Amino acid sequence: MIPQKTYTQAAILLGALLILVWFININLGSIHIPTKELIHILTNTPVERESWRYIVLNFRIPKSLTAILVGSGLGVSGLLMQTLFRNPLAGPFVLGISSGASLGVATLILGSSFLGAIFGIAIISSWSVTIASSLGSFLVLSIVLIAIKKIRNTMSILIIGLMFGSISAAIINVLSYFSSAELLQQFIFWSFGSLGNLSWQELSVFATILLGSIALLLTSIKPLNGLLLGENYAISMGINLKKTRYLVLIITSLMTGVITAFSGPIAFIGLAVPHLTKLIFDTSDHRILIPAVAFCGAILMLICDTIAQVPNSEYTLPINAITSLFGAPIVIWLLIRKQKTMA
Amino acid sequence: MENNSKHIVLKTENLSIGYCEKKGTTFIAKDLNINLEKGKLVCLLGKNGIGKSTLLRTLTKTQPKLGGEIWIENKKLYDIKPPTLAKKMSLVLTEKIPESQLTVFELIALGRQPYTNWLGKLSDNDYEKIEYAMELVQIKYLSFKKNYELSDGQLQKVMIARALAQDTDIIILDEPTAHLDLHHKIEVFKILQGLIQKTNKTILLSTHEVNLALQLADELWLMTPDKFVTGTTDTLIQSKDLENLFPANQISFNPELKQFILKK
Repeated sequence: MIPQKTYTQAAILLGALLILVWFININLGSIHIPTKELIHILTNTPVERESWRYIVLNFRIPKSLTAILVGSGLGVSGLLMQTLFRNPLAGPFVLGISSGASLGVATLILGSSFLGAIFGIAIISSWSVTIASSLGSFLVLSIVLIAIKKIRNTMSILIIGLMFGSISAAIINVLSYFSSAELLQQFIFWSFGSLGNLSWQELSVFATILLGSIALLLTSIKPLNGLLLGENYAISMGINLKKTRYLVLIITSLMTGVITAFSGPIAFIGLAVPHLTKLIFDTSDHRILIPAVAFCGAILMLICDTIAQVPNSEYTLPINAITSLFGAPIVIWLLIRKQKTMA
Repeated sequence: MENNSKHIVLKTENLSIGYCEKKGTTFIAKDLNINLEKGKLVCLLGKNGIGKSTLLRTLTKTQPKLGGEIWIENKKLYDIKPPTLAKKMSLVLTEKIPESQLTVFELIALGRQPYTNWLGKLSDNDYEKIEYAMELVQIKYLSFKKNYELSDGQLQKVMIARALAQDTDIIILDEPTAHLDLHHKIEVFKILQGLIQKTNKTILLSTHEVNLALQLADELWLMTPDKFVTGTTDTLIQSKDLENLFPANQISFNPELKQFILKK
């Protein structure tokens, strides 16, 4: 009589799929490396050409790990925000955190023509972009937190976040208008998103922050399940709403800020992966959803990255565009299919 | 405990309720001294806008009180920590629950949150309580259904089962019979009555089903613009307080039938 589903099979399947997608991802790239040689590299046995080993170990694997982290981080952030705001359209972008990051980077790159006299163009290194982006998201986060203190209604916080997005976009527009074509191009390239710029050292910082954040978020599983019934019921069941709200908002913002800082703004994943996962798993239980979303996000991000690098060619398409182009139709298809089965 | 003295599970002392706004404080009622007795089905009656919901929200700490004191057993409501309060008082609200994939079982199981560990894992005891709650409300056959597949009547019963699973002495329901047809209204009332007989819980609910309440409640709380009175149907008929519940030009109270009737 007790309805209990076991998800062991699904977990094994997702795990296997992740490894498969990951392997395909590092197998394909602008330079053709035979699969046999790739296995040699992974097992640390002699390879035909040492340059291949260098490419795989220092470019492809860091990039694929970045994709996994970005995908799971954005997916989990999106899931938690959707539950917290009880809004299926919520995601890491809605609170304006990503916009804040973009604003930070825009100010750095586009504003450098004004600041150029003081700092010189040389300041636009990868770390300075990371720092600017983190500062930008932190700025927005602080303002949002002040707003939360004053406002009880969660929905208003969502709207305030959207307003920050608009303000940031407007400021970026103004900055763009006054910028040189060269700087503008630089900023646009950043906004395309990129997974491939991380060294092992940067990656370790990135991974520590993200995995730590996800681990902390596990403590919010129970209150989030309670929130499925709405805030008043949640409180009546003894849930500390304020604490949950702070925890979820601060950590998801931190994650979004860090991800945007290291890989540029990446659209769609945060919004869509939770929906995809809920459709596949047909549950609202966060004990299952959080790990499932992390897996699905990683898998989808790896697939998108594989497509973006256009195997065996010199081109790399903007990852930000691929996530939407490739992912959005899947969500539409799944939703239509779900409608059909329900009718 | 149940000697000659009444067992009061909730009482108020000079309680004032209302809203705090920028322009000032709006009092809806002042100096309320009410006792809620264990094992009773209490119906809160009053016309729209009189402040029934405000009273219930204040008693459940959803809305701040403006003055006075609320006691639960022998503790001040505001001194009880939320997790402890969740084991003493459960709610059935009028608000719609947000869209989700929750099944009936999962939804009712959430009622066990005050008792489960940090992950919300259900113990054997939790399963028993959930099963028992579903049995009492007779919705076991709905177990696997998704919450969005339910009719209004079924959903209301599920929400009652959730409150039951929370295993509290007091259950407070805000208009549990709204949006239901007559059959389901009576069913909900009967279920609540049955719960009291089987579990000796205390149930406080607000309702507009005056005639049903007059027949089924153990005690009535009447809210009128001038005063707040409590009593059984009979004592309130004697004191003629029921006659003042609604404006006299449309509805009148018939003491013989113990019913409100339409004036022609």
